[in-house]
Amino acid sequence: MGMVNLTIDGIKVSVPKGSTILQAAKEVGIKIPTLCYHPDQSVKANCRVCVCEVEGNRLLQAACSMPVTEGMVVKTRSPKVIEARKTILELILSNHPQECLTCARNQNCELQELAEEYSIREYAFEHKVRGLAKDTSTPSIVRDPDKCILCRRCIDACSVTQSVYALGIENRGHHAMVVPSMGKDLIDSPCVMCGQCIHACPVGAITEREQIDEFLAAVADPDKIVVTQIAPAVRLAIAEEVGMKPGEMPMDVFVAGLRQIGFDYVLHTNFTADLTIIEEGNELLKRLKEGGVLPMFTSCSPGWINFCETYYPDLLDHLSTCKSPQQMFGALVKTYWAEKMGIDPAKIYSVSIMPCTAKKYEASRPEMQDSGYRDVDLVLTTREIGRLFRMSGIDFTKLEGSSFDSWMGKYTGAAVIFGATGGVMEAALRTVYEVVTGQELKDVNFTAVRGMEGIKEAEVDLNGTVVKVAVAHGLSNARKLMDQVRAGESPYHFIEIMACPGGCIGGGGQPITKSNAQRQVRIDAIYVEDENCEIRKSHENPEVKILYDEFLHEPLGHKSHELLHTHYHPKNKKYL
Amino acid sequence: MAEEMRIVLRNYGKIDPLKIDDYIAQGGYKALEKARSMDRETLIEEVKKSKLRGRGGAGFNCGQKWSFAYQAQADQKYVVCNADEGEPGTYKDRLIMENDPHTLIEGMAICAYAIGATKGYIYCRGEYPHLVGILNTAISQAKEKGFLKDFDIEVRSGAGAYVCGEETALIESIEGKRGEPRFKPPYPPSEGLWGKPTIVNNVETFANIPVIVEKGADWYASIGVPSYPGTKVFTLTGDINNKTFFEVPTNTTIRELIYKYGGGIPGGKKFKAVQIGGTSGAFIPEELLDTPVAFDNMAAIGATLGSGAVFVLDETRDIVDVVTRIAKFFEHESCGKCAPCREGTARMYEIMSKINSGKGTTKDIETISRLGRVMSCSCLCGLGQAAPAPVLTTIQHFKADYHAKLV
Ligand SMILES: Cc1cc2nc3c(=O)[nH]c(=O)nc-3n(C[C@H](O)[C@H](O)[C@H](O)COP(=O)(O)O)c2cc1C
Ligand code: SF4
Ligand code: SF4
Ligand code: SF4
Ligand code: FES
Repeated sequence: MGMVNLTIDGIKVSVPKGSTILQAAKEVGIKIPTLCYHPDQSVKANCRVCVCEVEGNRLLQAACSMPVTEGMVVKTRSPKVIEARKTILELILSNHPQECLTCARNQNCELQELAEEYSIREYAFEHKVRGLAKDTSTPSIVRDPDKCILCRRCIDACSVTQSVYALGIENRGHHAMVVPSMGKDLIDSPCVMCGQCIHACPVGAITEREQIDEFLAAVADPDKIVVTQIAPAVRLAIAEEVGMKPGEMPMDVFVAGLRQIGFDYVLHTNFTADLTIIEEGNELLKRLKEGGVLPMFTSCSPGWINFCETYYPDLLDHLSTCKSPQQMFGALVKTYWAEKMGIDPAKIYSVSIMPCTAKKYEASRPEMQDSGYRDVDLVLTTREIGRLFRMSGIDFTKLEGSSFDSWMGKYTGAAVIFGATGGVMEAALRTVYEVVTGQELKDVNFTAVRGMEGIKEAEVDLNGTVVKVAVAHGLSNARKLMDQVRAGESPYHFIEIMACPGGCIGGGGQPITKSNAQRQVRIDAIYVEDENCEIRKSHENPEVKILYDEFLHEPLGHKSHELLHTHYHPKNKKYL
Repeated sequence: MAEEMRIVLRNYGKIDPLKIDDYIAQGGYKALEKARSMDRETLIEEVKKSKLRGRGGAGFNCGQKWSFAYQAQADQKYVVCNADEGEPGTYKDRLIMENDPHTLIEGMAICAYAIGATKGYIYCRGEYPHLVGILNTAISQAKEKGFLKDFDIEVRSGAGAYVCGEETALIESIEGKRGEPRFKPPYPPSEGLWGKPTIVNNVETFANIPVIVEKGADWYASIGVPSYPGTKVFTLTGDINNKTFFEVPTNTTIRELIYKYGGGIPGGKKFKAVQIGGTSGAFIPEELLDTPVAFDNMAAIGATLGSGAVFVLDETRDIVDVVTRIAKFFEHESCGKCAPCREGTARMYEIMSKINSGKGTTKDIETISRLGRVMSCSCLCGLGQAAPAPVLTTIQHFKADYHAKLV
């Protein structure tokens, strides 16, 4: 590739042809401020805070969109540039609600950061907030259009990354706003509640439905026994919420922290992740043996389920009937676990800690009451737990560890990797292989299905039957595989889909995630944890064995069907 | 009335626009035949040499633009005529299309041959529905006579947004998207309509082409000011006796336009200012009236030629009030894509209204001056970049009018 030589702020730099000024400046350690720029999205060039002076040009040029040319001389901080940036920031701030203190993105907001960096102390324009209504129509996502700075990153996330097309632009000029693409509220749109728009948003205009107060009320209620389950992807990322690196908070310290903030029992969704593998693996084998509907799709990602119900209602038969690990857990905690512990299920307040916003919706589905109660009472995201941790004042470097409570707290490495794209597939293959062949798997690492590539595939030989599998993450990738299935051209037997890029580690409830590179760091941490697990195959989980012996009796059995499996409904959105 | 020089309006009033034979009788479609007998590079070289520059406002060398599209490798290229003519007070493109549609079609066909395009669009202002019929008739006549060969032209109606006259917003609109500008580069000649090399030229630009091909580049280059040769059509409005249009060589001065062609100010009133180029044009005071109307000469006095609208104000006009209305126009027409224009046009109007209603302070003048300075160099497209010009130039030339209104 050809190289281009240019000068930025007097520093000479040589970068590949096609680079932008922004990329070239980064090479020499110059940070140019941005708002609409997102490293994994197409260039928008609409915020204009990245403008720079290019010698010979009357106009300032947006660094994020301007390709470098040979001999270009760029000034990134001339008086003209600073005046422009400050004025643009003033313009944006002058209709922005000044609610930093009560905003979910306080101290984690790109606009706030720039206001600080550019020493905006006052602005010449009258402060006028648009006064638009908040959209609280979904159980998962809250939109506050007054805070929107119209960078359109959410639209890109929703349309390009997710191919959901739930968001669009309405009106022109200063009346322009981001709106649900159909209907008045987000609930009327095809939104699948994945929360990817939250990560994309540089400010606090889109957040999860925060339910911290409901948790605090449950803890304060002496009649409630507050039990929690932690999803596989949470522990790695929770560290980021308290100023550590991904994976840096030891599991036992995390557990101790949860006890500190008021949980009576701490259990693990990983337990039901292992259980999912047993049920789903057996379902796959049954479909293969009995000529059932193939390819079978995984069903642990509720954003994905929403997507399938919305855009591919004709393919619902392909979905595994297994509930997600969260809902399996919910159904068991108020039956099996309550019985084993001798606790009145009516008193159990079941809280799940999830990397996911769609789980809030999933828990509220009317069919999720197979225990005789609402199976999961409350879903808190990783971010909400982070806030509770910060509220608690705990110094996690000094906190002594604690272990999980019994019967639904043990897990294997196979459950741990559920948090990363390809993890469910790999976990299933580890188990299915041994169940079918009766032989011990020499190398449990199916590396072909790991990593950030959008669609991955692999083949496994099960006693002469070659099983073809595919893995997709991010719904636009899922769409490709689904279109293939719909056209009758899918070569696969089993397909894993996770709604969020990177899998649950990049879920809509995780610490604000600014790039796929950040997702990759979390993925790396997950496989380290897997390696460190003594047991790495779901069917070897001792507590799962006890569950089958004492309660479920067999995979896909009567009790399983009652508690662990579900069915799906076309969303019948009028306009689709 | 003074003598005009009619090139783009050469057939005005002489032919029945709906009769192709009338056009042919005036020598029509000869230039297309001649162009096709030349090899493409020679043809483009000829257009370059004529120094014809875009008449849509940006003043880019037409032949050079064509050469970029010609050199671009692609399976499909497009020729687009910008007939959006959204500039208030401008109707020159309408005059051409209404009275001589074939000259536009011939110009486009020559361009299509030059760059190797088989598909063309005419993006016609939404408020000109009657032109769609005229254009379609002319296109089918030209097809029937075999002039167009494999070149197809489709007429598209705009939706009334001013910004859709900006070439990339126009392209988005043809693609069926929200009419919003794209960032440049890439420019349309390399990546335009559906990502393919595309030439977007103004109606008046295309209308010059047949004559240039017929009479030669040297002939054209010798007319008017050498850096911006040829003629320009002006439409005169406001406080002026002859509220009509004129096609004049580009070395004509603004003063000649107003007094020689326009017949001066009515009612014996004195001249106050003239705004040239449309709503975003600069306001020009008396002392600069001897400037020739050519592109670079106008740029040198901080003005633009724009669409060729000439809006004259006499001494009785309240310039601050006029500029406030203009600020309102831009507040309404901003597409809302980029922050400095979206927020800036609204604030510009807010502060201008404050000053206009007698509540402004010197601080407000400082603020809009800074805002205008920033918008003119930071906005994504020409709309936001040009919107502050009326404010900035009136503050520069008519400061006393502002001060008279401050608290
Ligand atoms: C806001 C805005 C409106 C414009 N409107 C028109 C228009 O109505 N007609 C036109 O020909 N060019 C218009 N232009 C200029 C076009 O973007 C473009 O420069 C022109 O069509 C190129 O053709 P030319 O090279 O023949 O001038 C407009 C530009 C801006 C920024
Ligand atoms: S939650 Fe997901 S589907 Fe809904 S608007 Fe956001 S990105 Fe789109
Ligand atoms: S909601 Fe957030 S991401 Fe979407 S346009 Fe507004 S500021 Fe940008
Ligand atoms: S300058 Fe104005 S019209 Fe142009 S892109 Fe920006 S907001 Fe839209
Ligand atoms: S970051 Fe470049 S314009 Fe927004």
